Order: sequence, then C-alpha cells, then structure tokens
Amino acid sequence: MSEKVLMKGNEAIGEAAIRSGCRHFFGYPITPQTELSAYMAKKMPKIGGVFLQAESEVAAINMVYGAAGAGARVMTSSSSPGISLKAEGISYIAGADLPCVIVDIVRGGPGLGGIQPAQSDYFQATKGGGHGDYHLIVFAPNSVQEIVSLTADAFNKADEYRVPVMILGDGTLGQMMEPVDFDSVPEAINTDKDWATVGTGLKREHNIINSLYLSPEELEKTIIERQNRYNIIMENEQRYEAHDIEDADIIVTAYGTTSRVVESAVKTVRAEGLKVGVIRPITLWPFPTKIFKEAAKTAKAFLSVEMSMGQMVEDVKLAVEGQAPVHFFGRTGGVIPTPQEVADEIRKIAGGLK
Amino acid sequence: MTDNIIIAGFGGQGILFAGKILAYTALVKGKQLSWLPSYGPEMRGGTANCHVIISDEPVASPIITEPNILISMNKPSLEKFENTVVSGGTIIYDKSLIDREVERDDVKVAAVEATGIATAEAKANMANMIMLGALIKATNVFTLDEIRAGVEKAVPPTKKDLVDYNMKLIERGYNL
Amino acid sequence: MAIVFEKPHALTDTPFHYCPGCTHGICHRLVAEVLDELGVEGNAIGVAPVGCAVMAYNYFNCDMQEAAHGRAPAVATGIKRVHPDKVVFTYQGDGDLAAIGTAETVHSAARGENITVIFINNTIYGMTGGQMAPTSLPGQVTQTSPYGRDIKTQGNPIRVSEMLATLDGPSYIARVSLDTVPNIKKAKAAIKKAFQNQIEGKGFSLVEVLSTCPTNWGMSPVEAIKRLQDDMIPYYPLGVYKDIDEK
Repeated sequence: MSEKVLMKGNEAIGEAAIRSGCRHFFGYPITPQTELSAYMAKKMPKIGGVFLQAESEVAAINMVYGAAGAGARVMTSSSSPGISLKAEGISYIAGADLPCVIVDIVRGGPGLGGIQPAQSDYFQATKGGGHGDYHLIVFAPNSVQEIVSLTADAFNKADEYRVPVMILGDGTLGQMMEPVDFDSVPEAINTDKDWATVGTGLKREHNIINSLYLSPEELEKTIIERQNRYNIIMENEQRYEAHDIEDADIIVTAYGTTSRVVESAVKTVRAEGLKVGVIRPITLWPFPTKIFKEAAKTAKAFLSVEMSMGQMVEDVKLAVEGQAPVHFFGRTGGVIPTPQEVADEIRKIAGGLK
Repeated sequence: MTDNIIIAGFGGQGILFAGKILAYTALVKGKQLSWLPSYGPEMRGGTANCHVIISDEPVASPIITEPNILISMNKPSLEKFENTVVSGGTIIYDKSLIDREVERDDVKVAAVEATGIATAEAKANMANMIMLGALIKATNVFTLDEIRAGVEKAVPPTKKDLVDYNMKLIERGYNL
Repeated sequence: MAIVFEKPHALTDTPFHYCPGCTHGICHRLVAEVLDELGVEGNAIGVAPVGCAVMAYNYFNCDMQEAAHGRAPAVATGIKRVHPDKVVFTYQGDGDLAAIGTAETVHSAARGENITVIFINNTIYGMTGGQMAPTSLPGQVTQTSPYGRDIKTQGNPIRVSEMLATLDGPSYIARVSLDTVPNIKKAKAAIKKAFQNQIEGKGFSLVEVLSTCPTNWGMSPVEAIKRLQDDMIPYYPLGVYKDIDEK
C-alpha cells in the first residue's frame, strides 16, 4: 500500500479524475470549489491535458458537451448558483446521451445565498434542475477517501450508461483535509465510443450529437429508450452504507457531511441504550429504496437529517411507503447541525415511541 | 483517545498552517484525523479558525462543537470559543494580543507571550509556532520529536530550510 | 458523359428545408465546396446552431454536433481542445451568435480559439417567425418591432465584424454578401481562407455572411436581394476587418 497523503476534498476530486483518465476540465471560479479548478490548472498542462477557465458556467458546461461528444473523459465543477447556470447544458448533455462528470460543491441558497456548506440542492441534483425527463446519477461521498473512489466510479458509470454523473459534495467536504490513498481507485473501463464526433475519415456515415427531435413519436422513442437505461440503473446502482439496522427502533438517515454528524450523535445515543441504526445513501439518484423498504419492516421510526428544509426526506417517505413515520431534522443556510441537536432529536423520537 | 483541537485567530496569523502541522504530525503517527478550515473572504484580517481532530478511531463529524483544546490567538476567538471547551480541557492563548484572562476555572490555562516573543526574536507571523510549542508542553497530544516529522511534511519541499526555523520557535514556545 | 456540375461531397442527399429565396442554401454549398476543395470533410466536425440552420447537422456530411442556442463556439471549443488536429467549425445566425451567444462568441474570439465561425446575418430571427434580431436595422419592422426598430427603446444594431476585429485573438474577420455572383465568389474565397487559417493553426476566423430572409422580411426573393444591397450593405460594409497575414 502506498503512503497516505493529506488532501483537501476538492483536490482529491481533481487527482482522482486525472487518475481516471480525465484530461479535459472546463471550469469557472466559485466558492467553495475553487481549489479543484486550481488543482486542474496546475496539473493538466504537465500531463498533456487541458484546463480551460471559461467565460461563464454556461460556456463551461457547453465546452463539456463538445468535449464529451468528441469522445473525451471530461469534467466540470461548480457550486450551487453555478449549477443553476449549467442546468441548460446538463439537460442537453442528458438529451444527447453524453457521458461526463459534474461536480457540485453545494453552498447555501437560494439566490446568491452564502458560501457555507448546505444540502439544499438535493432536489436540483436528483429531480432535474434542467428541463425534460432526465436523470443524473448522483454520488454523495462523505469522506475524502470516498471522494476518490466515487470520482473514479463516476467516470466509469458515465461511460457505461452514457449519462452525466454528478458528484454532490458540500463546502465542508471540499475544504477539509483527510488522509487519502489512491490504491483503491477503480480501473477506468474502456467503452467503444463509436458514436463520438472524431471525423468520419470518409469511412462511415457521419455521427451526429443531438437532442432535437421534431417528431413527437421520434422524441418519445428516445426518451423511452433512455428511461429503460434509467430503470437498469435504478435496479443495479443503488448504493448505501448501513449499520445496526436489524434491531433498530429508529433509523437515522443522512448523506455527505451530515452523515458524519449523525454518526457522532448515534454513537452518543446508542451508549445511552437507544436502539438506533443508520442508513447513509451513497447514491442519491438512484435513491437506495430497497434498503429502506427492507428496514421499514422492523424499524418503528425514521429520521432524515439534512442541511436543508427537508428534501431527501421526501424520497425516504416514498421508499418507506407509510410503513413507519418519517421524521425530519434540518439546519440550513450554511448552518451545520450539531451532534447534540441530532441526539436530542433522536431522544425525542425515542420518547414518543415508548 | 480523541483530541478535538480548535485553533482560532485573525487571518494572516498562520492559523491554518499551525493546524496543518498538527494534521501532518497525526498522519505520520498513523492516527486518524481531519483538518477543517473556515473559508471565505477572510484570508487577511478577518477571523480564521481551523478544526483538527486526532483520534485512534475513524473521525465521525469533522466539525468540533466541544473542543478539549483551544488555541486562541485573538480576543474575539477567545470570547467565541471559551465556553465551548469541555470541562478539564486546555485553553492556550496569546497573552500579547488578548488583554483579559480566561474566566473558566474548570480548564487548564496557558497564557503565552507568543506574538511578543515572535516579534522580538523572529517575525510576528511566527507566533503560531510559539503557540504549537506551548501546546506540546501543556498537553500530551504530541512530543517535540513527533511534531518535527509533521513540520517536515507540512513545509513545502522547496522551502526545506524553514523546517529548522519553525522548529526553533516551537522549541522556544515549549521551553517558556 | 462528362460531369460539368455536381453536389459537393460534403453535403448529404437530404433536401434543404429552407424557404424559397433564402440564402442559407448558397452558404451551405459554399462551406461544403470549401471542405471538398481542402480535402478535410473526413477530418471536419461541425457545430449547428439554434435557428433556421438548426438541422445543418443533417446537411453536412461530416461529423456534427447540435449546440444549445448561442453555445456553438463553446461546444466547438470543447471539441477542438479534444481534437486539435481536426477541422472544427460553427454555423450560426445573428440571434444565436450576437444576442444569446455574445459571450461565447467574444470569448472564443478573444482566446484565439482555432476554429472557423460562419455567421449568417439576415437581420432577423427566422425560425421563430421573424422577430427583431441584434442586427435588425434601425426602423426595421419585425414581429417584435412592429412600428420599426426604435433605437431609443430597442437599442442599436451590433456590427459584429467591426467589434471582434478590435480583439487581439482573431486571425481573420471578414464580411461578405450573397447578393451577386461576384460577391458569392468573394464569399467563398473568404470562407476558404477562414478554414485555411485553422488548418495552418492561425487561430479564430469568422466570416459574416450578409444573407436574405424573404419570408420573414415579407418580400419576394428579388426584393430581398435588393434590400440586402440598398439597406444592409451600407450599414454593414463589406470587407476584411482583420487579417493577421496583412500586417
């Protein structure tokens, strides 16, 4: 095993992307993801890659469209307001079935909001953001080490399914340093991108990267074909981490930074004798519904903890299908819930169960 | 065993770098750790703080709400964090810049003339190293030898001559 | 039998959807002839706009990408940065290039992005049915300037070639017209140079092509050509606005 190094989450994304064969990065500065752009600006020229600071997030995502359509492994990154601007391009990328990786280091909103960590863009990431019937695969790492493996997976899944993949972090994950090694980075899969625009060489029909279908029947056909792929993704790609759920009265669920806070809180209340388990979604789309359905057979209550006013909790409710009450606790605007607050909330729910 | 360390002061005092030295020292020692900076438009002059967790177990929340060690390098940060320190914890503050005493009587206190000594013997912005020395003396987080390994990692390879310079001031803080 | 005239190879057999008298067909052909003559069709990647030329991807025989409205230069940048050895071009109208895509246009030019931009200026939004464009002339009646473009409230037209020529990035900026055979020949020469420059790695080239839109102007094709000559050319003078070879 190689020596562990200390890296910021934002930089770890960059290094993992490069190790996954990403040689094109199109960015635009915004706090709190700027270290990723800076890392790419430093590294790419040394390895024959391209770092380009675009004139806007809109331009950056369209450069990603062009590069992805040309067959490259390509990445862009931004934070909430910038992702709103990229939404147009993301929709086109989804509509043209292009693989790419989009990093969103979420900050408080709406509007200019703030620059502190938030999870208030769960809906934007998992329910659309842009127009049309489409999805992104959304990975939500909760440590710098997991950022590394999920970044590599993101490129692989994007290529495998021809879909854009989002890595959804927050300011804390992006800024914090933790020990990390790159031993476990999954190998880059090799897909034959015979659809890419690389020049016909006068040897084949021309390839067209496009999302325009003026005939409703034709457009519907492409959407259904894509939905069939989404169905396979929903079946095969649900990821989560869970512990102590078999005999749990209460299951607490959280993703990303908040899941770390929840672990601290759960440790405290378990020491007090409360039967509390944890489900941490790693994929937010597809949402890991199967484990929630399973856990709902025995758990008496669920608690979703988020840095939002209650977004993921809707998916928890859909997955639990009314088999148990689903509670919510959240702080927002850049405020991070404390382990003490979360523990109090768990105790309150436990009190109600007795 | 877990140490929850908050280092706080003004931007420009090397708050984040002091935290990095602790983080690298923990890394070399094979400990679990997290290093979390405050961030934003506060690079110089504003408030800056840094949360460093050093543990034998995986770090759960990287955000410290109840530190057992507070290194405070300006008055606003002492006022902000003093009451968050756990009972029996340690507060180390820069006496040169903070004109009041710690009010708590259930914590260990080390008042250090960090900026005064750094200004006289090196540069004002090296007070962070004096504070690290005082930290090692006041707690058993690391030994001097261990922190040297951290300094060697935290200092960029192009500035290796700064290792001894930093260590000299850390030792100065330790021997106060 | 000796062949004296044929369709350029770089055009597909798909019939154009353009209106009678529209000059898009001429411009498509010029681009295709240039691709043929330079022998780069198999090496070319085109980017289609949003606007009347939206389905240009069906007409050009080379690999094509369809961009969002105004974003063609950004898409072309992405392609070119992946394949610096390929010939990458955009084909855009005035709304696309000079309104919604102004930032992408200006910045790809400022970067000296080594691409070729074909810019159709017909002073109107064609596909959406004849609205005011950033290049609509003062007083021009359109669906959204029904009393004539009032520059006090609706602003002034943008002279794209002049504007971009002030930048250091571009290698070649020219304005041509499709109103007469001699001008069409000049247009082709300009388009050829714009591609040649890219092949030689000289950087960003743009050819502004003054064009007609008889349907949305409410004119016959002949009247439309006359408007181009009488009203447009005086406002948008033909010529080379930048050429790094002429220093």
